[in-house]
Amino acid sequence: MIPLSWYLTFSAVLFSIGLFTVLARRHAIVILMGIELMLNAVNINLLAFWHYWSQVRGAPQVNGMVFVAMVFVLAAAETAVALALIISAYRRHHTVVVDEMTLLKG
Amino acid sequence: MPFETLIWLLPLPPLLAFFLIITFAYRRNSLSHGLAIGAVGLSWLGSMFVFWRALQSEHLAEHPWSAVLNWIPTGDTWFQIGVQADPLTVVTLFFVAWTILMIFIYSVGYHNYGQPRGVHDRPGLPPQGAEVKDAHGHHHRVPSIEPMYARFFALVSLFAFAMYLLVVSDNLLTLYIGWEVMGVCSYLLIGFWYAKESARNAAVKAFLTTRIGDVFMLLGLAALYALTGSLNYRAILGNPQVLEILASTISPVAGLSWAALIGLLLFAGTVGKSAQFPLHVWLPDAMEGPTPVSAMIHAATMVSAGVYLMIRFFPLLSAGWMPGEPLTPPMVAMAFIGAFTALFAATIGLAQRDIKRVLAYSTISQLGYMIAALGIGAYVAATFHLVTHAFFKALLFLASGSVIHGMEHGVYHTDEHVDPQDMFNMGGLRHKMPVTFWTFLVGGLSLAGFPLITAGFWSKDEILTAAFQSNLPVFITLGVAALLTAFYTMRQLTLVFLGQPRTAAAAQAQESRLVMTIPLVVLAIFALAAGWVGIPASFPLVGGILPNWFEAFVGSMLGHVGEADHLIFTPTPLLVSILASLGGLFLGWWVYQSQRDRVQDVLAKPLGGLYRLWQNKYYIDELYQLVFIRPALWVADVFTYHWLDRKIIDGVLHGIGRLGLAIGHGFREFIDRPLINGAGDAVADGTHEVGARLRILQPGRLQVYLLIALVGILIIGLVLFSIGMV
Repeated sequence: MIPLSWYLTFSAVLFSIGLFTVLARRHAIVILMGIELMLNAVNINLLAFWHYWSQVRGAPQVNGMVFVAMVFVLAAAETAVALALIISAYRRHHTVVVDEMTLLKG
Repeated sequence: MPFETLIWLLPLPPLLAFFLIITFAYRRNSLSHGLAIGAVGLSWLGSMFVFWRALQSEHLAEHPWSAVLNWIPTGDTWFQIGVQADPLTVVTLFFVAWTILMIFIYSVGYHNYGQPRGVHDRPGLPPQGAEVKDAHGHHHRVPSIEPMYARFFALVSLFAFAMYLLVVSDNLLTLYIGWEVMGVCSYLLIGFWYAKESARNAAVKAFLTTRIGDVFMLLGLAALYALTGSLNYRAILGNPQVLEILASTISPVAGLSWAALIGLLLFAGTVGKSAQFPLHVWLPDAMEGPTPVSAMIHAATMVSAGVYLMIRFFPLLSAGWMPGEPLTPPMVAMAFIGAFTALFAATIGLAQRDIKRVLAYSTISQLGYMIAALGIGAYVAATFHLVTHAFFKALLFLASGSVIHGMEHGVYHTDEHVDPQDMFNMGGLRHKMPVTFWTFLVGGLSLAGFPLITAGFWSKDEILTAAFQSNLPVFITLGVAALLTAFYTMRQLTLVFLGQPRTAAAAQAQESRLVMTIPLVVLAIFALAAGWVGIPASFPLVGGILPNWFEAFVGSMLGHVGEADHLIFTPTPLLVSILASLGGLFLGWWVYQSQRDRVQDVLAKPLGGLYRLWQNKYYIDELYQLVFIRPALWVADVFTYHWLDRKIIDGVLHGIGRLGLAIGHGFREFIDRPLINGAGDAVADGTHEVGARLRILQPGRLQVYLLIALVGILIIGLVLFSIGMV
């Protein structure tokens, strides 16, 4: 059996990669990918704890799964909206580099 | 290792190959195709082993190899996933494994492995050719390697995984997963050359069109799960009581039984995936992808998945039906739509110029055959045609890819600007490309149902026989479609290979490399031999020489002898089948051997408006454009964007903004300026005023200051004294 800590480490690594991506990259779509990565790291965390708790209880629980399903749905909706925004921003400014979108900077 | 574990493992190597290629081999061409071919080779090996074991085991239909796992808990029960190998799975596995392996090997040659890079090649565009200098200093244009070689192999590997998953699955849930993953792969591969706008549009069109069917299919799945509490084949289809209850309870929709409603919903999924009328529009456009993709996804495997689903769910679709009785509603729908599509697509195929589009319409037409066969209850015949069609259609597509390659070579050689896919630019290629010619001929004859020797004849004849005995209108439609199929097949063969070259490029065409022709030869063998396993015992002369293994093997799936009347031999369908095939072939040759012009089809003038109608695909695309797409765009652009977004939502926002401005202005005019500014100004002015007045007290002379201080002290002293404090 793979111990719980492995999943958590993996999840933490994944989350850090996602965070780094968001902080360091300039391309809007790559930033979005970073956000997705972080969300999925959270999912792995949820699933790991769900599995662990199911084993402790000795009976399958549904809650963790439901959380993950919710996160999936939200992530999908969020991606759809974000991509639409990026595309419309691209059409207007001909760039997807976030540093160059400085419309509010006065 | 238990045998079931092997079945679990069948889909995995291609998936692994996909991940390995995208992570490690994205820029390494030989490693990427090595991984991909190795992976499907492993799956092929496993499939062949399963097939071989299945041949030896008896009663496989009653006791299939299966294994089930609990996957997702759903409160009080589980979503289960599992694998199963019964005769239908094994037969499907056989043709899927062979065609996928052959197509993978062929792709290495098709994407010009080993050729130099083109100077002008960019990712997202087909290779444009490269200039090379030979030993004598002459410049030649040669084909250049595909810029996104590894990406192609990664995507087709993912596709192969999905197809294997779909086939070995024992439940609708994993079947649906494989089904959708194939949809995504289809999208990505049709749009493989994404820099071409036509390819992008075709990809979106294919994805959206099949999605319409998939939504209905998902509804069917949900209904089935809600009613039976399971999505497992054996729990639903292998259980007569469940089927009986489903067939006898009435659903809330139109008085249909639940079995009929679910059957119709699942059939809608098939209409999308297998490109039946009215959702057939995506498949011809899907020819924008590379030819191996056309062969694999849009002929041999993915579109077969829809028919496979219908065959798999035949017990549900026909629940409550016995041979000889009126058909159930889903069967009526299938018979009608299938037969109509078979004829409809065949007529469009008559007037196409693009070598691949003809094949695309023939695919739609042949899938219609299978659906119609299932609709009239010819279960084994439909399965048989599915298998033979996969082989000969994969062969035809690959051979057409080889023809296009040969033509491209001619185009590079002569620098003549002609479309290498237009059949009217070809002609006389039989001398230039002998292997391609003979294999294409085998595939074409099989498609046309050339009697006795080809696989297509046996399966098509079986469908016609079944149709003749149960439903005459379907029989007549399919008979006419068979004639047209033979006609346009011969048209294609004549235009491409016979006669004289009509362009300089065709005169300079060259045979493809061995890595492309060997898969053609292998598939050609199957296109002939796959029919010999299902020769009816009652067939005159040759019947009974080989046992009708296919009927016994696949027929055992139904449990009862549903097609017992097959044993009675009737000459009419056989004669129709032979006449349609030979007559169509002869007519096709007779009409098109006189084709000299490379612009005008010889039939265009005599047929006139009908020809234009066919050439424009009955204007279905234009109709959909008008009825669905333009209104959708209108809703998006005018209604949602201009009215809803710009007028109402922006209006409300701007209103709020103006209100805020007005309030701010009010504050400024009535509070800020008069009160706060006024008060501030008054304080400042007052200070200023006081300062000016008091200025005279500050003359700057010390004596005066001292005097004032003295006077002040005196006054303070007097005051303090007078009030008695000192």
